[in-house]
Parts: sequence; structure tokens; C-alpha cells
Amino acid sequence: MAFFLETLFGGLMAGMLYSLVALGFVLIYKASGVFNFAQGAMVLFAALAMARFSEWIPLHVGISSPVIANLLAFIGAGILMFVVAWLIERLALRHLVNQEGTTLLMATLGISYFLDGLGQTIFGSDIYKIDVGMPKEPILAFENLFEGGILINKEDLYAALIAAVLVGLLTVFFQKTVTGRALRAVADDHQAAQSVGIPLNRIWFIVWCVAGVVALVAGMIWGSKLGVQFSLTTVALRALPVVILGGLTSVPGAIIGGLIIGVGEKLSEVFLGPYVGGGIEIWFAYVLALLFLLYRPQGLFGEKIIDRV
Amino acid sequence: MFYRENGQFKTTYRADQQIFPITQDRWAVLLIIATAFIVVPMLTSDYMFRAIFIPFLIMALAALGVNILVGYCGQISLGSGAFMAVGAYAAFNFFVRVPGMPLLLALVLGGVCSAAFGILFGLPSLRVKGLYLAVATLAAQFFSDWMFLRIKWFTNDAPSGSVSVSGLQVLGLPIDSPLSKYLLCLSILVVMALLAKNLVRSAIGREWMAIRDMDVAAAVIGIRPMYAKLTAFAVSSFIVGVAGALWGFVYLGAWEPAAFSVDLSFKLLFMVIIGGMGSIMGSFFGAAFIVVLPIFLNQFLPVLGGAVGVQISTVVTAHAELMIFGALIVWFLIVEPHGLAKLWSIGKQKMRLWPFPH
Repeated sequence: MAFFLETLFGGLMAGMLYSLVALGFVLIYKASGVFNFAQGAMVLFAALAMARFSEWIPLHVGISSPVIANLLAFIGAGILMFVVAWLIERLALRHLVNQEGTTLLMATLGISYFLDGLGQTIFGSDIYKIDVGMPKEPILAFENLFEGGILINKEDLYAALIAAVLVGLLTVFFQKTVTGRALRAVADDHQAAQSVGIPLNRIWFIVWCVAGVVALVAGMIWGSKLGVQFSLTTVALRALPVVILGGLTSVPGAIIGGLIIGVGEKLSEVFLGPYVGGGIEIWFAYVLALLFLLYRPQGLFGEKIIDRV
Repeated sequence: MFYRENGQFKTTYRADQQIFPITQDRWAVLLIIATAFIVVPMLTSDYMFRAIFIPFLIMALAALGVNILVGYCGQISLGSGAFMAVGAYAAFNFFVRVPGMPLLLALVLGGVCSAAFGILFGLPSLRVKGLYLAVATLAAQFFSDWMFLRIKWFTNDAPSGSVSVSGLQVLGLPIDSPLSKYLLCLSILVVMALLAKNLVRSAIGREWMAIRDMDVAAAVIGIRPMYAKLTAFAVSSFIVGVAGALWGFVYLGAWEPAAFSVDLSFKLLFMVIIGGMGSIMGSFFGAAFIVVLPIFLNQFLPVLGGAVGVQISTVVTAHAELMIFGALIVWFLIVEPHGLAKLWSIGKQKMRLWPFPH
């Protein structure tokens, strides 16, 4: 039982991290109808920028306090992501208005190749580490309930907390601010939003900026967990089942989907994996998402797809 | 002046229903096939065969298969690499385990297995649509990656997970030189392309296109969505499976599951989109673009760097290659979202009117 709970908690934490990446997908899809395959590349790019800035700032500026250096690196990487967002909107998306979903999907794939190349050209292609001072030692919980208690990774716990705070902030931003309302209007109908005077280009820029910041946070957390390296882009592939399970248009869906996928992955790997040779978690997530989709084709919380002839 | 159908009167139903109804088209196709079979082998070196022509032919075949699913039936698939892998490994197992198995039969059986796999992973398309389906097909990709890595039976219990074939021959002729490999791939491609061209203008092809354009409307006028979608999946993954078997047997020789990764699936989709969705010709253009571009960049970038006095290391070249590849794709999608095939048809239209544009 204790082992089961431990796995369950591990899955929940991992799930929170997946939903962080998934949020980036959902934000952009909601506001522009673009399925952004470049999210993984953005995570890598942001993480690389963050890692290298926090390395360079003490060297060149002479700030030795790691907290301030990290903070400056975070701000610097954030600004860089804004620039990337502006460039993507200005150079690619603005010219692709009214194209089909597939074309836009392919364009973001092209962008992801470009960002992969660019990030590694500027920042180098070795393995870097981000150290934001997250505690690594595990903690024991529920010691009075079970014998020996259950191990919880403290780092995961903090990461999950950060993710939860970010989700809360985004929800407030989307629901309570004027910009958020404009974003939702654009998501509903581009043309109607434009006709009431919402500037489409600015909205898209804002959305890509927000997605960039989400990518930065995700990159920071994943980077400090796994090290910043090229394989970070595969995190996006692992977050895809989360997105379709939760529904492409739903922020809460990304969270719940992440938790379901995280738990499903961990439980399947631990309890089912040994019988079939292990390593099943990546496709199991997809099959799990597929099973949910068979029941609800638009994902758990997605808007109902209505076909009109 | 030279390319127009004026004056070509059809007097029989047979003549009216030819694959290429315009005489000039027929001659052009015959000429291209003849060039590919006779002129190219005379002019080309072994390196060109190995580096460009053989991968181009096999990728064109795969892109053709993907185009049937994505371009004609409108079901976006990111699992094409998996279908190629299933084709390759199934053909390998038939070839190695059954004594005296002819190569062509093994290739076809590989395609049949791939078709069965395609139908299995095409089943969700009956319920799931659009981008959700695209992501769902990734399940096939990751499942096949895992299956061929972990289940040792498929790789004939090879300890390293890498498999290889040798002693290929067709009807007693050994397939070992680059030229013979080229001719084998070319023959299979020509047969498959003509079959596909014929298929997409038949009843089933029109059903696929109806489903692509509006599936609810198609169902209303009596097209069975299940039959149409699953046949598209089956035909597409058959062709992709044969291409995968050729990729493993003829191009790679020895391969492991990483050869058919998700990257390959993306590249195949790129070929279809850049070449032109819903166009047989487009698959060839797209495959040529995606196969030749990296080789060109690889050769050209160091030369360019040397010209401006910068020594470009291989690492930088690799990254610059990624960047240019990505940027070119985005640029292509912006300037010609309907693909190279659209340029081709615009050119043909211009030819018809030339030299009097009105």
C-alpha cells in the first residue's frame, strides 16, 4: 500500500510537470488555433538561455550572489522569449492567417527545427545545468500511517507548487483582465473579434509571449531536474497525450490530463512494465489518451466539436 | 501552343477514361520513365545513386503512400515512420525465417503486415478527427519504437537489436550494385505510382476525397466513412510499408528501430505538404526537396564558409542545417501553401495559353 501511494504521488508530481508543458500548447491553440509543435523547442531554447545566462552573469557582470544571478538570468531569458515570440508572429504567423490547420502545424514544426538549430548555435550543445537552489533531498511523509512512511521527492513537490501557482495566475489573467477577455474572444472567432476592434496581431504576440514564459518556467524546472540538453525537446512529445486527453482548448483540462497521464504512466511502468519488458510509459500515455478520446473525441474538457454541413 | 488538348477527340469510352487523357501528358510520362530507366544509369556515378537517387526513390514511394492518407483522405498521420518500420521488420522476418522466400514476395508481405497495422491504428479515426487524430497516430509511432526494441522475436533475437539482410536477388539477378538497387526501386515506384494514380480517380478515390472535403456531407450522400477511411489507411500503409521494407533492405542494409523514428514521420509529412497535398506528382517533388536539401546544405555550407574566410566546424554545419531547413519550410509554406504541385499546375495552365494569354 505504501509503495502504491509512493508511486501514485510520484505520478502526480510528474503529471504536474507534464501539465506545465501542456499549458503552452493549450494557450496558443486557444488563442490562435495553431497547434504549436514548437513548444518543445521553445522549452529547450528558454532552458538553454536560462542556463547559460546564469553561468555568464557571474563571470562577466561580477554579481556573485546566486539568487540575484538566477533572477537576472530568468529575466534575461524571459526577454529573449519575448523577442522570439515577436519574431515568430512577425515573420511567420502573420503571413499564414487563414491557412488550414495542417499548414500551420507544419509551419510550427519548421519553427521548431529553426529554434533547435539557433539555440544550440548561440548557446552551445553540451549538457548544462540550472541550479535555482531547489532542495534535492527527499522527505518522508505519513510515517505514522505506514511503516517506514513514503518517500516524496522534495524537488518534485516544489516544482508541482510552482506549476500550481502558474496555473492560478494564468486563470486569473484569462478570466479577470481585459487582455484575457480579448484573448478569449479571439479564440472564439477571429473575424468577430477583429470586427469589434481587437487587434489580432497584438493578441497573438501576447499569447506567444505567455507561452514563451510558460516554456521558460517548464524549461527551468525540467532543466534543473534532467539537465539542459537536446533531449529536453522530447518532453513536448511526452506532454502531447496530456493535451489531447484534457482537450486542446481547456486550461483545467491540461492540469487534470497531466495528473491522469502522470499517474497512469508511473503505475503502468511499475505494475505492468515488468511483464512486458519495461519502457512502456511513453506509448502507454498515448494509448491511455486514445482510450479517453474514443469515449470523448474532443478530450475530457474540450469544447464539443459540432459538425455542420 | 504545344500543350493543349484542342483537337484531341475521344471516340471510345476507353480512350476517354485513360489515366492521362492528354496526348502530351502521355508522351511526357513515357519520356520521364524512359529517362529514368535508360539515361540516368548512363550518366550517374555510384555515389549519386547511393546518396541521392535511391533514397529519393524510396522516400518518393513513402510520400506517395502518406499522400493517399493525408492528401486524399484528409486524415493527418504522424505515424508514418511506424508503418515503415512494420513493413521493414515484417519483410525481414518473412525473408529470414522462411527459407527460399523471394525478395519481392517478402516486400509485398511486409506491405500487407503494415496495412494490417495501419487498419488497427486507423480505427480511432472513425471517432477522433483532425489534430486529435494527428496526435493519436503518434501512439502507433511510439508503440512500434518500443515493440521493435523490446520484443526480441521481431529482431530474430539479434543481441544488439540491429538486423541486417544479405544475398538479395530478384528472379535470379543479384541486387548488390547501386545500379541494380536503383533499377529495383525505380520499377517498384513506377508500378506503385501508376496504381495509385489510377486508384485515386476510381470510385474509392473519389470517396476518399469526399470524406476529406466534408465527412458529414459525404456520409449523408451514402459514402461509408468506416470503409473509406479504413481503406485509405490500408492502402496508404501498404505503400508506406513497402517503402519501409525497401528502405531497410536496399538503402540501409542493416538497421535498428531508431532508423524509423518520429523524425522520419515528420519528414514524410513535410514531403507531402511541401510537395502538395492530394497530388501524386507532388509526392515526387516533396521527396526530392527533402532528400536533396540536407545533402546540398551539407556540401554547400563549408564551401560558402570557406569563400568568406570562415572555417565552419561540422557541429555548426549541423545546426545551421537545422536552421536553414526550418526557415525554408516556413518560407515555403508562406509563399506556396498548396505545395510545389500547385506551381506545376500553374505552369501547365500557362503553357496552355501560351503565347496568347487571353
